[in-house]
Amino acid sequence: MALTETSAAQQRPATPAAPKPPKRKRGGAGYWLYLLPGALLFLVVIGGPLIATVYLSLTKWSGIGDPTFIGFDNYTRLFQDEVFWQSFKNTVAMIIAMVVVPTLAGLVLASVLFDVIGRKFKPRTASALRAAFYLPQVLPVVVAGIVWGWILRPDGAFNGLLDVIGLGALRHDWLGDPNTALPSVMGVMIWVQIGYPVVVFMAALQRIDPELHEAAEVDGANWWHRFKAITLPQIRPETFVVALTCTIAALKVFGPVFALTRGGPENATNVPSYFAYYTFFKKLQVGYGSAISTVLTLIIIIVAAVFIYLQYRNERQDREV
Amino acid sequence: MAVTTITAGRPKSPRKSSDRHRRGVSRWIILALVTIAALAMLVPFVFMLLNAFKSPGDYSTGGPLSWPSEFYTKGLSNYWHQVNFPLKLWNSLLIAGSVAVLGVVVSLLNAYALGIGRVKGRLWIVGLFLLANMLPQEALIYPLYYAAKQVGLYNTQLSVIIIFTVIQSAFGTYLLASVLSTFPKSVLEAASLDGAGKWTVLWRVVFPNLRPTLAVLLIFFFIWTWNEFLIPLVMLIDNSTQTIPVALASLQGDRLMDAPTTNAGALISLIPAVLFFIIFQRTLSRGITAGAEK
Repeated sequence: MALTETSAAQQRPATPAAPKPPKRKRGGAGYWLYLLPGALLFLVVIGGPLIATVYLSLTKWSGIGDPTFIGFDNYTRLFQDEVFWQSFKNTVAMIIAMVVVPTLAGLVLASVLFDVIGRKFKPRTASALRAAFYLPQVLPVVVAGIVWGWILRPDGAFNGLLDVIGLGALRHDWLGDPNTALPSVMGVMIWVQIGYPVVVFMAALQRIDPELHEAAEVDGANWWHRFKAITLPQIRPETFVVALTCTIAALKVFGPVFALTRGGPENATNVPSYFAYYTFFKKLQVGYGSAISTVLTLIIIIVAAVFIYLQYRNERQDREV
Repeated sequence: MAVTTITAGRPKSPRKSSDRHRRGVSRWIILALVTIAALAMLVPFVFMLLNAFKSPGDYSTGGPLSWPSEFYTKGLSNYWHQVNFPLKLWNSLLIAGSVAVLGVVVSLLNAYALGIGRVKGRLWIVGLFLLANMLPQEALIYPLYYAAKQVGLYNTQLSVIIIFTVIQSAFGTYLLASVLSTFPKSVLEAASLDGAGKWTVLWRVVFPNLRPTLAVLLIFFFIWTWNEFLIPLVMLIDNSTQTIPVALASLQGDRLMDAPTTNAGALISLIPAVLFFIIFQRTLSRGITAGAEK
């Protein structure tokens, strides 16, 4: 009995679509039981609510009584809503602050920390510096947001610092002025986010065969050439992962905006997720809030699909080379 | 390949010695620049520490950058009592701890069926879990809020525990399923030859092998849940159920706090997270290397 089972398993081709011997199939059926608790929880907490949100986006509802079906009215209203467009414009700013700047700065910082400081000084120095960059990532982002909200207040530490260094003329209500609120929030988000790519890229750099760098160095390649020719191509998989996860985080950002500005002043820092939260729980327009959430969900799915497709294409090209 | 291209482009061996000499100085400049950047990252913490131990009067006369004229701890104790901090700490610990354990168990069970059981349609199922991990919480929050009210779970820690167990295990399932799909077949076959059933194989063979990965996952789930905000904000409205971040944010929202109390509250709220980070760091680096060595 046992013998036939082993040989059957050994003969099984690697392709998953290949027909399996009946014995194997019966085994697979038993494994379903292990998926059952997870699947039930998934349906209750994610599947069901997601479908309900999509349905509610086609209704008018205040959360009390029965929702009234109104078709696509919420969506036509949404596309004419200036706040909605403003919030997505601000999302682009969030992507710059949470993806573009941290990824680029993280690449440079990680390779400087790893190549220059880790090699030419003690590795301990490099890890102490890395910890300083990573520290904001450890904190509850809302708590960090509240500290920054105070720093940027008119009587906060940032204006105090400007006074001390003789730039008191620049004193400003950084979060209260619609012109400076968004750049200020972006600055805070760069501070929050920078440690993540630094840590991921430093781990990735350890994967690279040091002989590659040594050989290039012997051949006279300077740091910049080695960075371009060895480091960047070698850590491309990690770069993809960082860019994808940070982009999704930027599209979903809520806590810092809540803590810093509540989307104000005059929607200058409003983002889709805060806009949806406000519509749900402050304006009690559940249908409209659901429409905002549904559009945000679709955008995230599309962005993720594009990223994963690009990564897949890239890997295939690498294999062909 | 890339290396040869570079050499072909610049065969400059005579410059090598001067290059090395120059690097001797430049490495100190680089160290100085990176250190300044790292210190700049810490400036907000210095501001916070400086003002957490200041009296409100001191703050209004001396401003945010002055050295505290006395070591004032009433801001800290005010915040501690005002929000009943030990209770908040307990709520956060209860929620994050339960989610970490339950999330890992659910992830392991799911991944066992998907990665080792290779149940039909597993690619689609893993895809669904991955998708769930990317969803904005706004797409779930209103139905969850409404349902929790209907079944009497609104404003209970249990509601948040259930929700985050599922959200975190969506990620855990995705990760563990791919780890387990590379699990050595020979080990499993040897176990089933010995007559071990699926349940025994899971706990006696798969679980011990995965322990380092599971430890990392446990810590991630704990920290992620600890730092979560939107769902606890919506679900927990009561002083007796709120978590640390929600408590700080709702006090700040009421504009009840002067600058020193804000900083004192933030300081108290940050300490547990920093402690966990210090405690977990060893496990994390050990776990990651253990995973990589396999």
